[in-house]
Amino acid sequence: MKITLKVWRQKNAADKGGFQTYQLDNVSPDMSFLEMFDVLNEELLSKGEDPIHFDHDCREGICGMCSMYINGKPHGPKQTTTCQLHMRSFHDGQTITVEPWRAKAFPVVKDLVVDRTSFDRIIQAGGYVSVNTGGVPDANEIPIPKKVADEAFDSATCIGCGACVAACKNASAMLFVSAKISQLAMLPQGKVERKTRAEQMIAQMDEEGFGACTNTGACSAECPKEIKLENIARMNREFYTAKAKSENV
Amino acid sequence: MAATGLFLIIFLLVHLTGNLQLLKDDGGEAFNVYAQFMTSNPLIKTTSYLLYATFLVHIIWAVILSVYNRKARPVGYAHNKASSTWSSRNMGILGTIVLIFLIIHLKNFWYEMHWGGIPTVAYEGESYKDLYAVVDKAFAEWWIVALYVVSMIGLMFHLYHGFQSAFQTLGLNHPKYNALIKGVGTAFAVIVPALFAAIPILMFLERS
Ligand code: HEM
Ligand code: SF4
Ligand code: FES
Repeated sequence: MKITLKVWRQKNAADKGGFQTYQLDNVSPDMSFLEMFDVLNEELLSKGEDPIHFDHDCREGICGMCSMYINGKPHGPKQTTTCQLHMRSFHDGQTITVEPWRAKAFPVVKDLVVDRTSFDRIIQAGGYVSVNTGGVPDANEIPIPKKVADEAFDSATCIGCGACVAACKNASAMLFVSAKISQLAMLPQGKVERKTRAEQMIAQMDEEGFGACTNTGACSAECPKEIKLENIARMNREFYTAKAKSENV
Repeated sequence: MAATGLFLIIFLLVHLTGNLQLLKDDGGEAFNVYAQFMTSNPLIKTTSYLLYATFLVHIIWAVILSVYNRKARPVGYAHNKASSTWSSRNMGILGTIVLIFLIIHLKNFWYEMHWGGIPTVAYEGESYKDLYAVVDKAFAEWWIVALYVVSMIGLMFHLYHGFQSAFQTLGLNHPKYNALIKGVGTAFAVIVPALFAAIPILMFLERS
């Protein structure tokens, strides 16, 4: 396959940056999108040029590092991560535009790499259970309806990739935060701190400069883990209850 | 946004029932009696102040929200097509269309009814302001009719997103009720503005 790549290049956070075009003549349709970048980078290195910086880690769709805005969508045309996207999803001769996530709370570090530590700080603000809840309990020692367990698990599959923020017209992090709040609020160990958690995580989310949700649904439509909008409604409920009844005055 | 939006939705229903009196074939009597009642009844008067406040809060909050959200993405994408509905992405523009309409609409009728010089008519010995005549005259102009139709299309799209969105914001999202909320919301968004738009169209056609 022949591919024309238009890639965002930016030396550092202070640099203005701009697009640069690369011509690739020998792309295999079986390559992953990141492998295509590897090949291009080898070529750039051999020519003594600065390779294109991008984030990646697991390359199996579970770490959430591979942030790239490809042809107008986070992680490209398929609802998956960039590492799980293959060149067969494009056609021969296609021009592909690749940009970093765009959000005030995700500043560009270099090229396609953005700083997503704002997500970590939100988790640090309350996305945990404070006490050690012991080892794995015997099955059914604490009865939890299957439906609830499944839903908590679905919410827990969020990999913190930030595609929801990238896709949202308001750069809102509500899908991510709501998944994290939900996963804990639905299970007995997490319920104890639910009010403080909702208050603190949402306060941190605002502090980081993420936008406010206007329910467009782009986040869920682009989320590689198909995190549902129900989580955001649940987070809103958690927030109202916390504001009305929490011990923190 | 959600609380004020839902209150405005209830207002639309009340306003529509009143306005449909315009289509009665009685020379405007039912409408004029209704209009007089709406401007003199103390309970309705109190509610109307609440309504003005609701509009103001909704609009001011909309501006704050739009500015806040714009700040969250200082640098935009060169190429963007993430999936969401067109109306959900353009609530601000759609709301502005409704606002421009509202200003013209209030000047034409609301201002006239309260402070303008309107001729009076008498029904059963009682004197009423003939607002019907004012409305009838306005809707003889094709461009006013066109303005109403275009604005109501704007309202239609605003409500298509807004109705459902309000429930989500309030935390009401449950598989049991989602289909109902979406169904009622879509029906409301289409039918109510369509009926509002039908009034000037029908009155215009009746004249010509
Ligand atoms: C007068 C000018 C108006 C302006 C400038 C305006 C603007 C807005 C904006 C910017 C939003 C939030 C954006 C979003 O949720 O995506 C919104 C939401 C909404 N608007 Fe309006 N609007 C206006 C009039 C109306 C009217 C007349 C109604 C109803 C009859 C209405 C009902 C709603 C509802 C239900 C929402 C959704 C609330 C939520 O998402 O939480 N608006 N409006
Ligand atoms: S909610 Fe989905 S899109 Fe957002 S961070 Fe989690 S996995 Fe990524
Ligand atoms: S590299 Fe880990 S999810 Fe893509």
